[in-house]
Amino acid sequence: MNRKVYGKLIFELSREGRRGYAVPRNGLSDDIVSESVQLPEAMRRATPLRLTEVDEPTAVRHYNNMSTNNFGVDTGFYPLGSCTMKYNPKINEEMACHSCFAGLHPSTPAFAAQGALQLYWTLQKALCEIGGMEEFTLNPFAGAQGELTGLMVIRAYHASRGEGEKRRKVIVPDSAHGTNPASAAVCGLDVVEVKSRPDGTVDVADLEPLLDDTVAAIMLTNPNTLGIFEKDIPRIASLVHEAGALMYYDGANLNPLLGVARPGDMGFDVMHVNLHKTFSTPHGGGGPGSGPVGVRKGLEKFLPNPRVVRRTETPDRFPVNESDRYAIEYSPLALGSVSATLGNFAVQARALAYILTLGSDGLMEAGRLATLNATYIKEALKDCYLLPIEGLSKHEFVFDGLRDKSTGVTTLNIAKRLLDHGYHAPTIYFPLLFHESLMIEPTETESRETLDEFIAAMRDIAREAIEDPETVKTAPHLTPVTRPDDTTAALNPVLTFDSL
Amino acid sequence: MILYSKTHEYIRVEGDKGYIGISDYAQKQLGNVVYVDMPDLGDEIEKGEDFGAIESVKAASDLISPVSGEVVEVNEALSDDPRLINADAMANWIIAVSIADTSDLDDLMDQAAYDEFCAAAH
Repeated sequence: MNRKVYGKLIFELSREGRRGYAVPRNGLSDDIVSESVQLPEAMRRATPLRLTEVDEPTAVRHYNNMSTNNFGVDTGFYPLGSCTMKYNPKINEEMACHSCFAGLHPSTPAFAAQGALQLYWTLQKALCEIGGMEEFTLNPFAGAQGELTGLMVIRAYHASRGEGEKRRKVIVPDSAHGTNPASAAVCGLDVVEVKSRPDGTVDVADLEPLLDDTVAAIMLTNPNTLGIFEKDIPRIASLVHEAGALMYYDGANLNPLLGVARPGDMGFDVMHVNLHKTFSTPHGGGGPGSGPVGVRKGLEKFLPNPRVVRRTETPDRFPVNESDRYAIEYSPLALGSVSATLGNFAVQARALAYILTLGSDGLMEAGRLATLNATYIKEALKDCYLLPIEGLSKHEFVFDGLRDKSTGVTTLNIAKRLLDHGYHAPTIYFPLLFHESLMIEPTETESRETLDEFIAAMRDIAREAIEDPETVKTAPHLTPVTRPDDTTAALNPVLTFDSL
Repeated sequence: MILYSKTHEYIRVEGDKGYIGISDYAQKQLGNVVYVDMPDLGDEIEKGEDFGAIESVKAASDLISPVSGEVVEVNEALSDDPRLINADAMANWIIAVSIADTSDLDDLMDQAAYDEFCAAAH
């Protein structure tokens, strides 16, 4: 990356009176205009709108240069742990942008949108098969909204049994993603933390005394946030079910299990998946998310409205017309709606394209390669980075900073220095189980060469930490912005150019 | 007398009053503090339960009370400048409580025991 870095704001380029185009005069006399468009005084601006004034080449260069400052999976390796930043195949975009999907109005009647409803239904069924669930809703707009929806299903289930008031507790391990306790709190439930063992797995002995008839559910991520598979899951599930509570599966780490193991078979009752992680739809700044929620048999009636069903016959047992095959239904028992229509449809289109492109064999291969890639990096670096938990891990793993801590180089410094090498930083200081957590998830879409280059960069930084620690501690040196003052940014955020 | 809990809060005991804050070790681990969520005067807090939260650029943590009692003082200066905790965690206590039962102090650590606890943690 040898280009000159660009870091200007469009406001800095503005010069009074400068124009890209001269708008022709409207040909009407000012009198006519002011009489016919007489806005009340109170509704008129007191001062002219402050727009930037630039010529066309300046505007074009500004935005082109800005665009080259972007970093994404399309520009480089993005090993952001827990986020599954896999490459998003372009065929997904092509499918989602097809005019028959992209041009469809959300309120189109079902008979005129059979193809779109078939897509929704097919993806529902595919996710049921992958997750081992009875039914899915694709309506939630994101992972956290999926968690909230799932917990609302659980609350509705307990309420239907007359235990809604009594079962208010949600058990969450201390190694969980922060969204778990947050979703439970937003759902109006009480969060109870269960301590995890050193490897982040649930300590059954600690869990058991917490289980009684006040517990609504336990939320688990499997493999957990250290990438370790929860081997006690059948025992945990049976204890939780004996107590009358439900098992919630956080789908953040579903990727390594694709086609290998299913949350439904492990005893989970409700789960969400992140289409923007596991199913390769754009992620982060790249696009909206989607957090479908699946439930085991018996809970499907609580799923939110509206729902898509496939009909084989009419209520009076006549064969159904092709134009009525797929229908939108509203269940009276549903917990309500979590989105006005059927969620982020274009994201669903991308996810289905991904699933159909890979097929079941391809999906299984993807999950296994995700584990292989992570393990490859882990084994290649554990002599210079501290691996706190030895043993098998899945699609991601956590280092606790450098092995040699005498130089004072921290995980933050390492992450910043990686930017100079052209990589997105891994997840840092999460999970909170270690002081210097550095969480790496390469995903399956990276070649061996990419992994080797990343490993070389990480080794380079480890060596530099000993030979020239100052360079690492003051990194990054090659980015448009080097070290933003994150404390001041949190305390006194400057949100407009005027307040600069 | 200053005592510490395993969750890195300290309590400076003065008569039946206790000034509660986070330890210097905790402050260092958290990094720059950007927000402290504190209880109201008169709130009853319980030993082992959270009485607020502290947020840094790195993480957010619950504040766990080392004793039960009533909140009799709140360090309002922290609302304006939470970084005071980084400047001097021991001087900038978060709340003061009237200690309901001094036996709550029995399982807390003194300085030497706490130093050892922190050394073992890392």
